[in-house]
Amino acid sequence: MAIFTRRKFLQASGAGLAGILASHQAPVFAQQSTVHWIKWNDFVPASDELLRKTILPEAMKQLGMKINLETVNGNDLQPRVTSAIQSGSGPDVFMLFNNHPHLYAASAVDISDVAEAIGSAQGGYYKLCRSNTNDGKKFMSVPWAIIGGMIAYRKSWFEEVGYSKFPATWQEYHEAGKKLKAKGRPIGQTLGHTFGDAPTFSYPYLWSWGGKEVDEKGRVVLDSKATVESVKFMQAFWKDAHDEGGLAWDDTNNNRAFLSGTICATLNGASIYIESLRKPDQYKTEKGAPLKSDILHSPLPKGPAGQFGMHTFQSHMVPSYSKNQKGAKEFLKWIHDPKNFDAWFLSQKGFATPTTQVWEKHKMWDEDPVMAPFKVAGRLGLTPGYAGPANRKAAEVLTKYIITDMYAKAVQGMAPEAAVKWAAEEVNKVYAGT
Amino acid sequence: MLEREGALAFWLLAPTLALLTLFIAYPFVRGVWLSVTNSVVGVPGDFVGMKNFTKIFDDSIFRTAALNTFIYTAVTTVFKLALGLWLALLLNRSFRGKSWVRAFILLPFIIPTVLSTLAWKWMFDPTFSVFNWLFWKLSIINSRINWLGDPELAMSSVMIVNVWRGVPFYAISLLAGLQTINPDLHEAAAIDGANRFQRFWHVTWPLLLPVTMVVVLFSIIQTFADFQLVYVLTGGGPANATHLFATYAYQIGIGTGLLSEGAAISLAMFPALLLVVVFQLWYIRRVENR
Repeated sequence: MAIFTRRKFLQASGAGLAGILASHQAPVFAQQSTVHWIKWNDFVPASDELLRKTILPEAMKQLGMKINLETVNGNDLQPRVTSAIQSGSGPDVFMLFNNHPHLYAASAVDISDVAEAIGSAQGGYYKLCRSNTNDGKKFMSVPWAIIGGMIAYRKSWFEEVGYSKFPATWQEYHEAGKKLKAKGRPIGQTLGHTFGDAPTFSYPYLWSWGGKEVDEKGRVVLDSKATVESVKFMQAFWKDAHDEGGLAWDDTNNNRAFLSGTICATLNGASIYIESLRKPDQYKTEKGAPLKSDILHSPLPKGPAGQFGMHTFQSHMVPSYSKNQKGAKEFLKWIHDPKNFDAWFLSQKGFATPTTQVWEKHKMWDEDPVMAPFKVAGRLGLTPGYAGPANRKAAEVLTKYIITDMYAKAVQGMAPEAAVKWAAEEVNKVYAGT
Repeated sequence: MLEREGALAFWLLAPTLALLTLFIAYPFVRGVWLSVTNSVVGVPGDFVGMKNFTKIFDDSIFRTAALNTFIYTAVTTVFKLALGLWLALLLNRSFRGKSWVRAFILLPFIIPTVLSTLAWKWMFDPTFSVFNWLFWKLSIINSRINWLGDPELAMSSVMIVNVWRGVPFYAISLLAGLQTINPDLHEAAAIDGANRFQRFWHVTWPLLLPVTMVVVLFSIIQTFADFQLVYVLTGGGPANATHLFATYAYQIGIGTGLLSEGAAISLAMFPALLLVVVFQLWYIRRVENR
């Protein structure tokens, strides 16, 4: 062990004190204000690095507080938030997914002042952002970003079977997929228990046929002719055009399948394309060209009732147990200021779309036409539980995968009417409960 | 003070008692309380009696999960016991490199479950499964086997992984039991003309039975409450075909935030496990008193 004499102690502490006095700032550990921010491990790792190295140091300097950033796997956020709320201690700013703020409404600080100010200064929030974060009484969290879900597809393969443009309707998509599957290039889609790609496909698909779990007044209307039609169509569509392994896929399987050239199209965030940009030498087409040059994006096709989308959505909640609610709010206000948010947005390259409309005009969208469809992702997006409110019941139906499982059961052989009846009964039980 | 036996016993027991109270009794009582309230995340809730239990028994996914858990536990326990016993008998013989083999046998049990399950997930991958590749190369199959996408196959796949992970525990525990059996008994039986099977059935098996029962007891409890395997491999899918009590309780309690209902689902395991434990302990006592 090193010997620490009285003389050395006096020297060290004297120098330290002089430093503190010179900088007019107390050392970090002595500061009162610390904000602990927990968010997911970004699918674009460069963005987390930018936060750590540039954005947060600047925030700390300007706000005069310490900000601890902790990143965890997206699936681990819910266990963390549950245990933090139950124990009354933990991070001061929590990232939440989709309609989860409704699950934690009782433990969220009213953050309407911050959210309303950002919304009105930036051209207004998209509808989905407001429904996910506002329960009609208050904003429970501040909208952060929309991870746009679009179909990534192989341009040349669709051209080979006669589609110079991406199919506009489900029927056309079915026909194209059938031809492509016959050539060993099926459509890839998960119907498994996974939080991202499964519901962001099954919900808008249902809506586009006119099916809904509840109507505007919150009455369960799932068991309808429109829903049965959607399930019937899905059975044939799945068998004729899809990779049947999709029943077991999680959110990463389709990325791997697409990048290795085994599927022609899949609903996803922009991560497939961004990965192909990052490694042009690794991902190639069968002709040896970089894969990135053969990928385009499209919204989901139209159904009889129109065209819909549902995107992964992120927001930040300040829990009521936080001892530093003021600091947390200050920080959220600061980071959403366009001059601070801009650098983060650019680092995402379009993977995340901002939650207010003013960002549609950003010049970044003109840089890469392949990413352009993501610009308006927020406009097409609705929230689970449509046409009813995005509340706790809708969140329960979502986390039980009832809508996704309705289609999964049908493609496994259950009669469409029976699958719809099963799902409607389950949805009924959720909405009937108190 | 240490002279007084009662006081000494109390102080020696105190740490264990404190730990049991803190980590077993308190969570259990709290779980029971949660299950009879309407508590959700952040809201303590009020007493609602048996309402959560009525709700879950009316829930078809819960019934599927319950049935799955029983089938999963029964099938895997039979396989683990049979394979574990077979392996233990083999390892009880003398051969070169015996200690190495014994150490390697334990590997599936030692590797963190999530890690090994991820490797299995790759092997069962719908697109890149190494099994499919191998069977296809050997001309056994001409189309892909949908390991985790087909409901029955998904359950079988999960069971295979559970058996793979559980066999070493059986093998090593039973091996320890085998080594306590006095070789003289076998020799005596052999001299009396008993063949190999008779020696196993009339000497080894009865002496090994108490150990076997304890091993089976532990294994049933662990398998019944299994979570990691299913969570990593299938998340309970496809269409709830592989949900177990624990994974469904997690989905409802942590995912949906319905803490009281999640607690009720977890507690639904308790009567079944209690019966298993009572029966086996009674049986072990009977065997020992014979």
